[in-house]
Amino acid sequence: MSGASPTEIVRFAAGAIIAHPLRSGLTSLGVVIGVAAVVMMTSIGLGAQKRVTDTISGLGSNLIIVSPLQPRTAGGVMGGAGAGQSLTDADTEVIRRQVEGAVAVAPSVTGMAQVTADGANWNTSIVGVSPEYLEARDLTVASGRMFEERDARQGRKVAVLGPTVVTQLWGDADPIGKRIRIRGAPFEVIGVLGSKGQSSFGRDQDDLILSPLETVRSRIIGRRIKADSVQTIYVKAVSEEELASVQEDIDSTLRAEHKIQAGDDDDFQTQNLASILEASKAAIGAFTVLLAAIAGVSLVVGGVGIMNIMLVAVTERTREIGLRMALGARRKDVLAQFALEAVVLSLFGGLIGLAIGLLGAAGIAAIGDWPFALPTWAIPVALGFSSLVGLVFGAYPAWRAARLDPIEALRRE
Amino acid sequence: MIQIEDLTKTYVMGEEIVTALDGVSLSIFRGEIIAIIGPSGSGKSTLMNILGGLDRPSRGGYRFEGDGVAHFSDDQLADFRNRRIGFVFQSFQLLPRLSALQNVELPMVYSGAAPRARRERAAELLERVGLGSRMGHRPNQLSGGQQQRVAIARSLANQPDLLLADEPTGALDSATGIEVLALFQKLNKEGLTVVLVTHDRGVADAARRRIAFRDGRVTEDVQL
Repeated sequence: MSGASPTEIVRFAAGAIIAHPLRSGLTSLGVVIGVAAVVMMTSIGLGAQKRVTDTISGLGSNLIIVSPLQPRTAGGVMGGAGAGQSLTDADTEVIRRQVEGAVAVAPSVTGMAQVTADGANWNTSIVGVSPEYLEARDLTVASGRMFEERDARQGRKVAVLGPTVVTQLWGDADPIGKRIRIRGAPFEVIGVLGSKGQSSFGRDQDDLILSPLETVRSRIIGRRIKADSVQTIYVKAVSEEELASVQEDIDSTLRAEHKIQAGDDDDFQTQNLASILEASKAAIGAFTVLLAAIAGVSLVVGGVGIMNIMLVAVTERTREIGLRMALGARRKDVLAQFALEAVVLSLFGGLIGLAIGLLGAAGIAAIGDWPFALPTWAIPVALGFSSLVGLVFGAYPAWRAARLDPIEALRRE
Repeated sequence: MIQIEDLTKTYVMGEEIVTALDGVSLSIFRGEIIAIIGPSGSGKSTLMNILGGLDRPSRGGYRFEGDGVAHFSDDQLADFRNRRIGFVFQSFQLLPRLSALQNVELPMVYSGAAPRARRERAAELLERVGLGSRMGHRPNQLSGGQQQRVAIARSLANQPDLLLADEPTGALDSATGIEVLALFQKLNKEGLTVVLVTHDRGVADAARRRIAFRDGRVTEDVQL
């Protein structure tokens, strides 16, 4: 014998929900808020991940950054990356000579200085680099030229300007061939870099001047560092696959060069962008999961709200349940009707919550200048979860309805 | 059609054991129209619940066309109520959100009838009880007598073998009550077996056999 078809059961459930629109809406509200919160948190988290990825990738692809590290002192205090002056020109040379798979090795030193030209002045970073810097950092020259090895060897005072510096000093005028003074010393502008725009953390990546390493070290930074010292060596690996092995190569080469004994701490550190990227993404990912989990609590609260109303509905509709049983509804028909009612309420809440969550995330992205990431998997997950919430929290009220005694139920006023 | 034998039903009410039916035996034949009468608490409602498959006896046998209904499972009882029994209640028991037509369709939903066949059958039944022009009305738009006619149409939906009516005129004025009783008599003439449970002598007079109950026992069983 066949019982009621699933379509009919859905119609019964939908009918009961439509009969009380306000109550149904309020019942769904908990799930609406829960799903909206989860979707919003996840979307914001993904946006953060995207921003960090953009920032780190913007530093250059397949890049390994070598920086000095002050070894642990007798007191056990770490100086941290960038402290100390353990890297020198010799290190650059040895990496160039010995590390296969290093396609561009660019040493650099950086200092802040005031630049003046034609009556205007501007404070910016003066970065002393070798010509390979362009390739290592994925930079381009928009006009003019980059300085060459020859310029560097001759200690020529030439400068390649970031677009921001050009704008600050001359506005729209073509700066090639013009003279500028950096900390009083005259430099000739030979090129302008292509724009990289703002980094996602808001730092202007175009606000810098490149000049040969030797020139910057002697003219700008002066006696504050040793004559052959470098602050950072940028190494571009031949491919992403080779990144880890090139990094290991640099490590062992520099340990040998610095005569570091097995078991002793390094006086430098190498970081590859892929691993920095992974670490940051993992950290943000964990944080996102945490936020989503907290938001998920409200989903559970929403489920409790549904259970509450479904229990009320079962009590209110006891006579209806008794009548349906008298007319031939099996217990499972009644169970299905009430469970489905809870699922439909919850799923409806899930849909609305999904829309609100995505709108909210897009709104925050627009206001906060934050990348909007649409978590595609969030749609099935949000809907799946809200159905599950309805099923879990509707199960008990539905079971109560199904095990009613039809005689008792019919007699109820 | 129906044989019940030594039927006993006891309830536990707190500390007390209440005997609602105390060894009742009787037979009901196809085509009869029977009034079961007695004061409240006499056991007549309990008998009706057991006859209709809403309740199970504590002891004794109940055979319906040879089937041992006393041993049916919950699902078997649901199907039994759906296919073989038509219920008419004192308070009509229509679902307020559904139209007259949808209320009549309800038993056919649970028997798995196709939507179109269901609607046609329901419309035909409403015509038969004289409500052809009120099919789209909701219960609160119908008078008491009309509501009871909808309920009777609903009870006939799956062509039951037995129609059980519990105080079917109890909520109606006497003129309407007489009309409803006439409808039962007409259905009986067309071959339907009808059992009327009542404490109203007037209702009992519509039947051709009267079974009186007192304290869970049959005290009278007469052909009229």
